[in-house]
Amino acid sequence: MGYQFDFSMVIKILPVLWRGVIVTVELTVACLAVGLILGFFVALLRVSPAAPLRFVGRAFVEIFRNIPALIQLIWFFYAFPIVIGAQLSPFVAAVLGISLNTAAFSAEIYRSGIQSIERGQWEGAMAIGMSRAATFRRVVLPQVFRRMLPAFTNRAVEVAKVTSLASVLSVHELMYQGRVLSSTFYRPLEILTTVGLVYLVMIYPMTWASAAMERRMRRRA
Amino acid sequence: MSDTPTPEAGAPILRSVGLRKSFGSLDVLKGIDLDVKRGDRIAIIGGSGSGKSTLLRCLNFMECPTGGQVILDGERIGDARVAKDGSETITYRERDLMAVRKRVGMVFQQFNLFPHMSTVENVMEGLVTVLRRPKAEARERAAQELARVGLGDKLDVYPGRLSGGQQQRVAIARALAMDPEVLLFDEPTSSLDPELVGEVLRTILSLAEDGRTMLLVTHELGFAYRFATHVIYLSDGVVHETGTAEEVFRNPQRDKTRAFIARSSEFSL
Repeated sequence: MGYQFDFSMVIKILPVLWRGVIVTVELTVACLAVGLILGFFVALLRVSPAAPLRFVGRAFVEIFRNIPALIQLIWFFYAFPIVIGAQLSPFVAAVLGISLNTAAFSAEIYRSGIQSIERGQWEGAMAIGMSRAATFRRVVLPQVFRRMLPAFTNRAVEVAKVTSLASVLSVHELMYQGRVLSSTFYRPLEILTTVGLVYLVMIYPMTWASAAMERRMRRRA
Repeated sequence: MSDTPTPEAGAPILRSVGLRKSFGSLDVLKGIDLDVKRGDRIAIIGGSGSGKSTLLRCLNFMECPTGGQVILDGERIGDARVAKDGSETITYRERDLMAVRKRVGMVFQQFNLFPHMSTVENVMEGLVTVLRRPKAEARERAAQELARVGLGDKLDVYPGRLSGGQQQRVAIARALAMDPEVLLFDEPTSSLDPELVGEVLRTILSLAEDGRTMLLVTHELGFAYRFATHVIYLSDGVVHETGTAEEVFRNPQRDKTRAFIARSSEFSL
């Protein structure tokens, strides 16, 4: 391979990549926040005693988890505006698509967490006169958060990666900047490699934290 | 039978009348009548599958009975509805059951402590969430209860760091903190290593000295004899024999009871 590597322009493009990093972080935080909150309520539907509510929760999860995230993004940008009669900004469409996808996955994390709490915990609390709601809030949920922290961290890693799909809607995040720069400088090898490394630097700490938490929990168990 | 509260001393604090419980087609309790007076200590004994745990769990509605009634201090629990054919169904509202459970405490075989709370937080939880006591007061009360069960030096320790016997004593303190009028023990030593049973039994006996009203389901017949004022021998979902501890253990009237007590090696005093 007679290719002449030239990483000299990487210094020049760093400010642009940095702007992309900022948008990627914004996307990740927004999608995680919306996804985790919405997912929590979907999980409540999933474990509800009322069958119709369970069905709604189940339908939500299956729809948004089984349709590829890329399709959801594109759908919210190009198709959803026809339904609501208003154009969404690329950023909002991306947040919507990724958040709903995240909500579906995190709803399943919450659900399995809630169902993993032993019946004895409910009984222990109810035997001192606590309501089901108080038991859920004071006894079950805190343990779900603890037990599911590694799974939620994994989800955060996935969301950070999935935000790169927003580049197809021209959201100016890291992947988008990388593509624009590589066609501007005709240096896809150097630039896209750099972009990949930037993702690695951003995401690896989260993966590491998740694995460390899992190890710690296994030791404690 | 009267359903109005009778203030006279010696009136039962807790009664069951024709209590039934089925799980699907399996009839576990087939009509249990029970009278618990203040200060009574009742041991419920019987083989596995006799329904003794289920009976206990119906008394504080960890399970809802499928028939019959529970009467707490003269008050019928649940809303009875009489159908056109004269049959009666009782529905239970969570609010009513919560009120019962405040007054009828329970200690479980598996302790059921909250692992994310320290021992003192475990004991405070009911005082704060249910009885709405201020935190400082609740903590003080919880510390007293823990001291009473011999764990005054373990307030800020998490249950995971305690032995099974210590965990069960925390669970007893948690139940005591609510000042229950009746305390139910569901096989409190069955999941303990043999060397840890003694400390829990001693704690329970110390409550007997305070005149607490208690019901105990146990396999430890020797302990049941020392603990109980009255004994109920359940077999196949019915009360097969009942009497004072002396009567049932020393002079059982029915063959099945006699056989049950004789085959237990624990019953050696």
